[in-house]
Amino acid sequence: MSEEMMEEGGGGVIKKFCYINRKAPYGTIYALESLEVVLIGAAFEQDVSVVFADDGIYQLTKGQDTAGIEMKNFSPTYRALEMYDVEKLYVEKESLEERGMTADDLIVPVEVLSSAQLQDLMEDQDVVLSF
Amino acid sequence: MLLHTVNKSPFQHAALGSCLRLSKDGSAILLIEDGVYGALKDTKISADIENAMKTKKVYALEPDIKARGVQDRVLDGITLIDYAGFVDLAAENKAVEAWL
Repeated sequence: MSEEMMEEGGGGVIKKFCYINRKAPYGTIYALESLEVVLIGAAFEQDVSVVFADDGIYQLTKGQDTAGIEMKNFSPTYRALEMYDVEKLYVEKESLEERGMTADDLIVPVEVLSSAQLQDLMEDQDVVLSF
Repeated sequence: MLLHTVNKSPFQHAALGSCLRLSKDGSAILLIEDGVYGALKDTKISADIENAMKTKKVYALEPDIKARGVQDRVLDGITLIDYAGFVDLAAENKAVEAWL
């Protein structure tokens, strides 16, 4: 193991992981799978950022009730991310506007960023995973 | 007439646009699954749906609307139906055209 790998008290290198969510929940499995991967990444104590853009912002919509479609409502899990030290949640301003939504319509506190700001955030990452 | 169903988000697929362009006046259009995002107010495609509703009847499947938490933003004039209503629509129309 290289010297670099031994940093952080033997816990390994901390990389900046960014997860990009661009799909609505329930219609496809992407949103749920992404959430699983985010939680796994958090267990390895990485520096995690989660971005919601395009239809991905619908994952965070308040008031989801899936009883009628007999699927698990996984939206409360986004509120639990904080307990796993996943606290950097970003939403694209343009995506909200195209859908007539604001940050108040979302179940978790997020930071709303412009496309230009998101470009910089993604450029700053070591690993980018897209869902 | 045909019953047209759309199950894709209008923001990620051309299915709804194609359906609106290629369905005859008087047709029934049913939005299901991620297609229900086409039934909402204040989006960049709301005007297209409102325009279509002048000549076509637009429905959305309520269980899919509720699952996605968008029950408070459905456009006026869109009829919400349940699964039994879906069956009725399928039976009333000559055939179903599913815009996948």
